[in-house]
Amino acid sequence: MYHWDFGILWTYRALLLAGLGYTLLFTVICVILGLLIGLVTGVGRLSKTPFVAAVLRGYVELFRCTPVLVQLVWFYYALPVLTGLQISATVAATLCLSLYGGAFYSEIIRGGIISTDRGEVEAARALGMRRYQILRRIVLPQALKRMAPPLMSQSIMQLKNTSLLSVLAVPDLLYQGQVVAHETYRPLELYTFIAIAYFAVLLPVTLWAKRLEFGTTASEA
Amino acid sequence: MTAPLIDVCGLRKSFSGHDVLNGISLQVRRGQVLALIGPSGSGKSTLLRCINLLTVPDVGRITVGDQTIDFDGRRTRLPNDRRLSRFRASTGMVFQHFNLFSHMTALQNVMEGPLTVLGTAKAQAADEAHALLDKVGLLARAGFYPDKLSGGQKQRVAIARALAMKPAVMLFDEATSALDPELVGEVLGVIRGLVNDGMTMILVTHEIGFARDVADQVIFMREGVVAESGSPGQVIDEPQNEATRAFLSRFNATATNRIA
Repeated sequence: MYHWDFGILWTYRALLLAGLGYTLLFTVICVILGLLIGLVTGVGRLSKTPFVAAVLRGYVELFRCTPVLVQLVWFYYALPVLTGLQISATVAATLCLSLYGGAFYSEIIRGGIISTDRGEVEAARALGMRRYQILRRIVLPQALKRMAPPLMSQSIMQLKNTSLLSVLAVPDLLYQGQVVAHETYRPLELYTFIAIAYFAVLLPVTLWAKRLEFGTTASEA
Repeated sequence: MTAPLIDVCGLRKSFSGHDVLNGISLQVRRGQVLALIGPSGSGKSTLLRCINLLTVPDVGRITVGDQTIDFDGRRTRLPNDRRLSRFRASTGMVFQHFNLFSHMTALQNVMEGPLTVLGTAKAQAADEAHALLDKVGLLARAGFYPDKLSGGQKQRVAIARALAMKPAVMLFDEATSALDPELVGEVLGVIRGLVNDGMTMILVTHEIGFARDVADQVIFMREGVVAESGSPGQVIDEPQNEATRAFLSRFNATATNRIA
């Protein structure tokens, strides 16, 4: 019979909290960068210049069709060899997760833009609005409302994906948990705690996203 | 005689090999009303959309006021965004399906053009928008979103939105075709008010009776050309062209049916 001892969590609380802090920080940075990349890519893919659209499409497909774990390892080990630039694990991880998220965000954003009523865009053009004005004033405000729920669930994925950073020895929640587990020979307690910690952070977020989703549907009905 | 406010010369447009406009020329002087009539697919709407460059003509010349743009058939790209914006801002367009911005109230719809394109101060834009909504009889609906307005109300807001840009000319693309019959009158009433104010306009319409009432000039279009043109008395009451006669008699038949 295994004897559970959750007391050790308290002993290592500083380390674990630092790990959780790292995870949240990484999520925020990668979500913001990913959204920016996704916005530029999503809009760019609608470009009338075939070259631009094709390059961006290539980027999106590349990142969507390869496992993010492979991408992380590749960014850390292979990219420096190819470019000659030494980058830290943190930079490689940020770059990779942002680009990975951006690929998915861009699809959501592109879909949101395409689904905007063509008639409203024409009316805006007829008023003499310039292209970026139409995007900012007419298309994006409406598209963002529709895009909010899928963007939210993609961001939740982003947070969970940060657990993969541990393979590059970035001291996130999972990595710190593993360190403590090796130290104390208490992996079961540690992994239970890690799972609960992720759950405790994400459950409120998903509930909020759900409400957002229902809110949109109700106001459109 | 003064130069026409709208001058269209030798306009051609084809969509993937199909000629929609086959060398159209027309002129509208300041304060005049031109009605474009004709069967579906005759190119009326395409012509109207070409005049504010929502559709890019292949060949021809378009002048509105002091702005002229030439199309030589080779250049497929439009003039730059800024020039295009200035050109379009001088023509007000009203669409068949209203196309109100659905995330904005009636008031915000009317304010949008002046705020974004003309750079009008917010307070002034709001004052002007209130005055325009009052003009189309919808001041009480200023805070309503489009989905809470009837079709006729939406179209009146759309007219106010176009007027807010203080355009030199107004273009109406079948402004009443998507409306329930009982709502047509309120929109035609607003258009008639603009005619009385001396607004220069082109109406693409199936309301032949209304066209006869308000137009100074009627053009009957068929297969991308001007088949017949003249005063309403000439074109509608005494058509010379066989196609015009056939179209009008069919129209009269359906109009009678609708009343009956």
